[in-house]
Amino acid sequence: MHHILLRTLKTGIVTEKTPELPEEMKEISRKLLERGIGRFGRSLFIRHLDAGSCNGCEVEIGMLGSPCFMLEHLGFKFVASPRHADLLLVTGPVSLHMRQALLDTYEAMPSPKLVVSVGGCADDGGIFRGSYAIAGGVSEVVPVDLHIPGCPPEPLDLIRGLMTAAGV
Amino acid sequence: MTQTSTVPHQWIADLLFKGLGELFQTASVIFFAPIFLGWVNLCRSCLQSRRPAGILQPYRDLLKLLRKEVVLATGASPLFRITPYIVFGSMGLAAALVPAVTTDLPFGPAADAIALVGIFSLARIFMALSAMDIGTPFGDMGARREMMIAFLAEPATMMVLFTASLISRSTSLSTIAETLGGRHFTLYPSLVFATTSFFLIILAENSRLPIDNPSTHLELTMIHEAMLLEYSGRHLALMEWGSSIKLLLYFSILISFFLPWGISHESSFGGLLSGFAFLVLKLFILGTLLAILESTLAKLRLFRAPEFLAAAYLLAVIAFLSHFILEV
Repeated sequence: MHHILLRTLKTGIVTEKTPELPEEMKEISRKLLERGIGRFGRSLFIRHLDAGSCNGCEVEIGMLGSPCFMLEHLGFKFVASPRHADLLLVTGPVSLHMRQALLDTYEAMPSPKLVVSVGGCADDGGIFRGSYAIAGGVSEVVPVDLHIPGCPPEPLDLIRGLMTAAGV
Repeated sequence: MTQTSTVPHQWIADLLFKGLGELFQTASVIFFAPIFLGWVNLCRSCLQSRRPAGILQPYRDLLKLLRKEVVLATGASPLFRITPYIVFGSMGLAAALVPAVTTDLPFGPAADAIALVGIFSLARIFMALSAMDIGTPFGDMGARREMMIAFLAEPATMMVLFTASLISRSTSLSTIAETLGGRHFTLYPSLVFATTSFFLIILAENSRLPIDNPSTHLELTMIHEAMLLEYSGRHLALMEWGSSIKLLLYFSILISFFLPWGISHESSFGGLLSGFAFLVLKLFILGTLLAILESTLAKLRLFRAPEFLAAAYLLAVIAFLSHFILEV
């Protein structure tokens, strides 16, 4: 037990510095506020929904939970239920089978709520575009407030996107 | 207890002052509880090499939840809607009974240690019922698990409280804290066993590691949070606030029975302030200990939880017996 504690003390805090938001993202943040979604600031509960993703984005989202990224420092956390959530993080091109699940999750969230889509597929279907099995992007099913591009996006891009959405 | 004067206005003034002391103690427990939780989380994230979110993070979360809308599931009965108020109300009532800051509580004689356990179980029963009310499988499972932990932890809690009341010859919490705090430092073998047992009970009752992990959101392993999955907005805020008060109250019971030095015995202004300062100091030390313990322990399998609680019960029984064998 004591060697675990000693190693922790030796390691110190490994969390990286919180990134600065570029000006255009601050602009998006301001626009979201004008639409009356409300500023969550440093308390944001995130519900992650995989709507038919290849799990590339999930690996990157999973990285956010590691001590290197400042998810906890910013007051963001992943929650177990859409009823607790402020922000719905959707990955994948929305397969037809996940369409109803996405709609139900969105309905189950209390307002004010945000939807953020992650990755190329979630934008317009990505490499799956035109397939008979997909609904074609998250915005076809629920209103999307912010899109985080990338295939998959890096954890720092995700952090910047979440900060923009929360208006930190 | 101070002598009450026969002059009526003196008596009324006395009662009013005591009432203020009671109010101060209740309010300080209720409003300090999220900060205590924030301190435990801060220590935990430092031990995990993370930059912490700050001690006020639970307050930020609560304020945000209070501003949010409430979504009710289809078929939610009135029971589901009143449960958060019952849970928060019983925790508030318990905060008025446990001598955390001062032992001079006019509310104290109304309920003793046994009634306090009853108040905690009232909250728990309503929480379990409301989890089953919606009919989602996770709520049902969480409720059953919580009741399993509770029925194993409750006898141990009672045995610990009985041990403390045997020494002070009263089941009133204030009297116990006063007798144990009023004498010189003596190491009672029974209290050593009882403290160890009560610490295990605190871990189990407040869904901390190794019984339940408050920071995981894996549906199959969670116990306490599984019951709150359907709550949103202010209902969720009240439930979360209630459980943070419960954590603080359990630690206050531990303090008032086993580390009672510094708790004020009268409700004077200076006494209340020093009582509060001592409480905060002790809670910060105990919170750090809890965080260290939680960072070095692994979660037990659910089926090992009865063994853990049986150990707590056994220690409580040894405490009870050692009072008769060694101290009478």
